[in-house]
Amino acid sequence: MLISSWPKWMMLTILGMGILAPVLLGFSETILAAFGFLPALGRHSFSVSAWQQLAELPGLGTSLRLSLVSGFVATLVAFSLALLGSAWVYQKSSNISFLDKFKPFINPILVPILAAPHAAIAIGMAFLMAPSGWLARWVSPWLTTWQLPPNWATVQDLWGLSLILGLTVKELPFLWLVSLIALKQINVSKQLALAKSMGYSHTAAWYKIIFPQLYPLIRLPVLVVLVYSLSTVDMAQILGPNTPPTLALATMRWYNDANLQLLLPASAAAVGLAMLIAISVLCWELTMLGVFRVIKFTVRSGGRSSQWERVSALLATTLPMAISLGLLSLLVLAIWSITWRWSFPNFLPEQWSYDFWLQLLTQWPLALQHSLVLALMSSSLALLLAVAWLEVQDRCGGQFYRLTLWFIYLPLLVPQMAFLYGLKVGFLRLGLNGTMATVIWAHLLFVSPYVMLSLVDSWRALDQRYLQVAASLGRSRWHCFWRIKLSLLLRPLLLAWAIGIAVSISQYLPTLMIGAGRIESLTTEAISLASGADRRLVGVYGLLQAVVPLLAYALALLLPRLMILKNEQ
Amino acid sequence: MAKHFNNLCLKRLSLMLSAFIFSLLSPLSHANLWQQTLDQAVGETVYWHAWGGDPRTNNFIVWVGEQTEALYGVKVKQVKLSTTAEAVTQVVAEKAADQTTKGAVDMIWINGPNFLAMKQQQLLHGPFVRQLPNAQYLDLSPNSAASVDFTETVAGLEVPWRLARFVFIIDSKRVKKAPLSMAQMLTWAQANPGRLTHPVVNNFMGTTFLKQALIELTAEPGVLQQPATEASFAKATAPLWRWYDALKPFLWRAGQSFPENESIQQQMLNDGELDIAMAFDPAAAAAGIASGLLPDSARVLVPSQGSLGNISFVAIPFNASHIAGAKVVANFLLQPETQAHMQNIDVLGSFSVLDPTKISTQQAQVFAALPTSEALPTLTDLGPTLLEPHASWTSKLKQHWIQRYSQ
Repeated sequence: MLISSWPKWMMLTILGMGILAPVLLGFSETILAAFGFLPALGRHSFSVSAWQQLAELPGLGTSLRLSLVSGFVATLVAFSLALLGSAWVYQKSSNISFLDKFKPFINPILVPILAAPHAAIAIGMAFLMAPSGWLARWVSPWLTTWQLPPNWATVQDLWGLSLILGLTVKELPFLWLVSLIALKQINVSKQLALAKSMGYSHTAAWYKIIFPQLYPLIRLPVLVVLVYSLSTVDMAQILGPNTPPTLALATMRWYNDANLQLLLPASAAAVGLAMLIAISVLCWELTMLGVFRVIKFTVRSGGRSSQWERVSALLATTLPMAISLGLLSLLVLAIWSITWRWSFPNFLPEQWSYDFWLQLLTQWPLALQHSLVLALMSSSLALLLAVAWLEVQDRCGGQFYRLTLWFIYLPLLVPQMAFLYGLKVGFLRLGLNGTMATVIWAHLLFVSPYVMLSLVDSWRALDQRYLQVAASLGRSRWHCFWRIKLSLLLRPLLLAWAIGIAVSISQYLPTLMIGAGRIESLTTEAISLASGADRRLVGVYGLLQAVVPLLAYALALLLPRLMILKNEQ
Repeated sequence: MAKHFNNLCLKRLSLMLSAFIFSLLSPLSHANLWQQTLDQAVGETVYWHAWGGDPRTNNFIVWVGEQTEALYGVKVKQVKLSTTAEAVTQVVAEKAADQTTKGAVDMIWINGPNFLAMKQQQLLHGPFVRQLPNAQYLDLSPNSAASVDFTETVAGLEVPWRLARFVFIIDSKRVKKAPLSMAQMLTWAQANPGRLTHPVVNNFMGTTFLKQALIELTAEPGVLQQPATEASFAKATAPLWRWYDALKPFLWRAGQSFPENESIQQQMLNDGELDIAMAFDPAAAAAGIASGLLPDSARVLVPSQGSLGNISFVAIPFNASHIAGAKVVANFLLQPETQAHMQNIDVLGSFSVLDPTKISTQQAQVFAALPTSEALPTLTDLGPTLLEPHASWTSKLKQHWIQRYSQ
């Protein structure tokens, strides 16, 4: 590989030292522990006993099955629904239905679900669907005659269905928004019109022509969703079955056991989880290759059948339901945040209270301040890094891009718990643990992939002719970069920044572990205080976690308009 | 060589001599030593790693910090944990990185298995308990509750600060005839299917429920105080498993799913999904009502044979940054006035760990004058305290339960 210019080397060094090295450092510590090396506990010799312990874990088969099924099904459903949703946004129909009226507002509808933390959505959904939940309270006791909730397994069912539903509802808006952004790069309307003139239905054209162009652009976000679904602890804890639990939750339990010797099988399980994720990503990619083969074949065969139509129509009915579930979960959390007591089967709380919001101001000012500093710093740094990365890539080309892409996505592809302990030890050796700077660094690992992910497509979609015109007028490269690229891309830049803020604000393990407990944030406070149980508190912090990034989104939407206004004046 | 030997002898002699003088002046130097600790502690901030799931405890810790700052110039900062293992992992990671001083953890709220693990791995500072002036109020005789933690000798490595007792919480509106033993619990569950459960066994409350049942059901509870062997475990737990096999189909969701922890279980009691919940705090019902998390009809239920009890301790990691400050805070926790404040139902409602025979009559009156609450049992209501089995029983119970019921 020939890399000729200094920006490339500098960028490679920054990404290598800043992102690749910490993850590898942390992960290697975990791999060592999985094979019997944990000097702190007096374990110095190679052994596979940790793997034996893992293999003997009762219910390991069930745990594996649960992880795989919930991960794959949730990703597949969210992905398909996101495609259907995007197709619907581009569908022009003569008679406008009730739902079509929502089309112009699709972004503001999806963004709150995207911005809310996973745990908050999960707790809201659990409360909606539980036998004692809000939906049951709507119809009780007047319809159901229930004075007490029935003993039904509507959440935490043994099949993991509620976990799949929760993951789908949370990930759908992410994939949908990412698809909509990516589609702007493809001239969708023109191609659809052309296909229509050749006798393809809207849906058929969508699958056969648009989808194969779209997928390469959203491949990484889809894989990120797959990895998250396989490795989630907080959603599995709230919505998933727990006897036995998913592999990720089982691993977490081992890590948290009072018996320190279990750190070894916990490490083996974390490495196992990472392997499971790698294999799953491979399987997903192979399946997609197969899917494209089939699509190619059907395109060549020239069929114009409309069987897609009916399947899609059927699936599409679940779209509004999934989105409503997400929004209702947020609504119900908002109600809980101003509740004092709310018993079954009351439709609304019997006693209200603002105490928990007041507490926020009186007891958590430091946590709020830390959260804001962490979020602003890590997302700004991530944005800086993203811009530098994209600019270097513009000047240096594709090889650099493909190489560095894997650097950046590594922290999302390796499960958090598989490298955070090792990273903590590494930072401790360097004397860096427990400072604001290291926690910002740790956040940066998780924030930058999302920031880059949400920026890359708009960056690439920028019409290069603006730059060519400027260059032909004798403007320098730097002038083009500052005055043209950045100002044209102001909105996507701010959006990416806002997404970074959302990601940073919800980080629990990195803040706690790398911060050595010294850096308290809203999330660490709320999670320890609630143990996941006090919905009123979860309501406050869940909403706040959603509100901070929402404000950033609003800023991202408003600021460019204000600046345009100012320019015009 | 000879010179070297002489030197060594001299050193030994002087050491012996100083030990002798030290023992002569012991009361005085004790006070001196403590004064040194107090001097050292001024200006320190003690990072107290403590489970943060109970807002009342968190507020109590804030109060402790205000007091120690005013009295000794020592600030307290609570690091709120969702599980104590997080603090233990921090110390383990620091040891792994050879950080033998200036650790992030100054003090941990700890007991049982976590204490055992830290003691075994030599992660604790001390022994230091006898250095604290207020240790005089404790019963530190070898077999007293303050000297033994889950049958493990404390060895001066941790200081007791509050009493915990296993209790059931019921909704008295729904549970008219409360089951007072584990045998009755089975009949009650059969009559009220789906209204009882326990937290997952990975949670300490889940294993506590099993331990309470084991103590009540086993033929020879004395065996539980010894480390468990395969044979003793099989013999002692046979009646437990028979009882559990009969109970399981009548548990919530037929025993196929369990709440993640006791807070979730209490929430389910509040939602009406359960009639019985569990806590490790006799004041749990009163506190739950006061904070709006439980209905006014919530009451505490103590098994008629008594219930498991243990003491919560604080320990100092071997590499803590503020050892002197942590000792000052630990000592303050043992102040009779502090213990009385803690026992106040409006504050924490946790019973005192002090030996009532060792405090003055004046101090005893403060305890007697504390307010009461309908949902708060008195010490006599609580009945006898059952001793925690040896820690090996806990891990074995967990392991066997998972093998039997989690597939």
